[in-house]
Amino acid sequence: MRIYDGKSVFGGIAIGRIHVYKKGEQQVSRRRIEDADVELCRYEEAKAEAIRQLAELHDKALREIGEANAAIFEMHQIMLDDEDYNGSVENIVRSQMVNAEYAVATTGDNFSQMFAAMEDDYMRERAADVKDISERLIAALSGQEHGHAATEEPSIIVADDLAPSETVQLDKNLVLSFVTAQGSTNSHTAILARTMAIPALVSTSGLPLDDTVDGKMGIVDGTNGVFYVDPDEETLGAMRANQREEAEKQGLLLTLKGKENVTLDGQKLMLYANIGNIKDLATVLQNDAGGIGLFRSEFIYLEKDRFPTEEEQFQIYKQVAETMAGKRVIIRTLDIGADKQCDYFEMEKEENPALGCRAIRICLTRPEIFKTQLRALFRASAFGKIAIMYPMITSVSEVRRIKEIAEEVKEELREQGVLFGEPEQGVMIETPAAVMVSDMLAPEVDFFSIGTNDLTQYTLAIDRQNTKLDDFYDPHHPAVLRMISMVVENAHKAGIWAGICGELGADQTLTREFLAMGVDELSVSPGSILPIRKIVIETNVEEYRSKTRS
Amino acid sequence: MKEFTYVITDPEGIHARPAGLLVKAAKEFSCDIKIAKAGKAMNCKAIFGIMGLGVKKGEEVTLTFDGADEDAAYETVSRFMQENL
Repeated sequence: MRIYDGKSVFGGIAIGRIHVYKKGEQQVSRRRIEDADVELCRYEEAKAEAIRQLAELHDKALREIGEANAAIFEMHQIMLDDEDYNGSVENIVRSQMVNAEYAVATTGDNFSQMFAAMEDDYMRERAADVKDISERLIAALSGQEHGHAATEEPSIIVADDLAPSETVQLDKNLVLSFVTAQGSTNSHTAILARTMAIPALVSTSGLPLDDTVDGKMGIVDGTNGVFYVDPDEETLGAMRANQREEAEKQGLLLTLKGKENVTLDGQKLMLYANIGNIKDLATVLQNDAGGIGLFRSEFIYLEKDRFPTEEEQFQIYKQVAETMAGKRVIIRTLDIGADKQCDYFEMEKEENPALGCRAIRICLTRPEIFKTQLRALFRASAFGKIAIMYPMITSVSEVRRIKEIAEEVKEELREQGVLFGEPEQGVMIETPAAVMVSDMLAPEVDFFSIGTNDLTQYTLAIDRQNTKLDDFYDPHHPAVLRMISMVVENAHKAGIWAGICGELGADQTLTREFLAMGVDELSVSPGSILPIRKIVIETNVEEYRSKTRS
Repeated sequence: MKEFTYVITDPEGIHARPAGLLVKAAKEFSCDIKIAKAGKAMNCKAIFGIMGLGVKKGEEVTLTFDGADEDAAYETVSRFMQENL
């Protein structure tokens, strides 16, 4: 048994034969030809064939992995029509009287070297595109199919790296898992694995790609990032049991997909997903979330070394809104400060950052930063059902100030004739102060979302990062639960809804309790949605209430 | 001959996708169209050359149009630049 460690891009266990995917790297030989026109005619036919293949791939990718991932094949078609590229091929054929395969290989090398030498990371990666189209042309010239894995039984595909066109061409029914030596968690292979929901590893160090592995039994443990080649009986048995258990759980949960979150006695709950990055959207949809309950916009700021522009933000919000297609997307305005720091904000050092200048406090003291984000959010609202959520509120006057700024932003957009929508606006309840004045806050806003992480820390006066205090930290402390109940009650009195977006929302031992309190929405990590739905549809809230409240 | 100078505002610069669309737009015309950055001129009907210029946000490019339909080409391509880049 041999064991390799890789980076997991999707969890789960796959067991099966290993198929080592070898690039269709044909040895191109240099051959002398008699008639350049005949040779160039062959080239034109091969090019037409390659473009036809790409159009087909584009359609296939569009159906299977979406427009953003399919665009690359359109790009490859335009690249194949490049006058300089084709000119170079023709020139080599005519001047050296050599075969088209050789001319394409040489041209491909030259062009990909040009990209590889560029400064910009993005442009350097384009060398792979040049190689990809050149290999496709050579395959078409020699009458072979480009990048086709000849598996007949469902296999674990092991490769150095997979080009986008290669991953799309694989027969999805014959792929149990991907394991690659190269690639990042954002590579095409990773995206595809997530879309297909199969275990996959990238950046697997020391991965052998030769005949000593091909055809052998393998196990991919996507949850722990381990690849076993030739596993012993004991490992195989344990992993099989593990896989069965996982499959049973998944099967059960899949039967819950598409079901409404409604209790036995008819109480409804909105089950939304928390996301911290646009990359999480696929899992949100897979797990059948009713919307996004917390989109942590700060990732847009944390990923940059300068303030993100309005346009950059707009594009991201718009993409989320459009992807969620009319489902509610609650975007929390920037929550920087405390444990999330950004150098270019040039914040002063604070004695006590958790109680310092963070979140809405930054936005209200530096309205220019806030306004840029609000403009982007209002504009994106024209493309879907966006709701804006303001973090770290402690008073009614803050909310009024925010609403004034929001009105200014709208007025500016109107004057400039820029298209915008009317998003719902709500606040996070995550300070004891906000809880105590929730009756006064409710008439000012469209919804409440309780951030239990901060609320617990501020209520119990316990720093959650301090592990020495773990014994004192009780997430189920009655003080916190009473606060949640109070917030929900005050929301309902004012006719608005209240949800929970903190970690406590995903605590399955509390789901019934939350239903009994009348919580309208829970926003949890995508993976928790279906398990919570199961609890909801099996609960009778009245019965639970009469049992627990006497 | 007509000429058009433009400063790129797209945060990504002229990356693959807009380069492809620019080529598509340029190919509608028979006149000679070149795109130049810092004195280096490339054929605007070939995607690799345009990408090879590595044009980033804030950089200036000059497009030249030379041929029978240069007026129409100037109209279409300059509008494309303003709307997309």
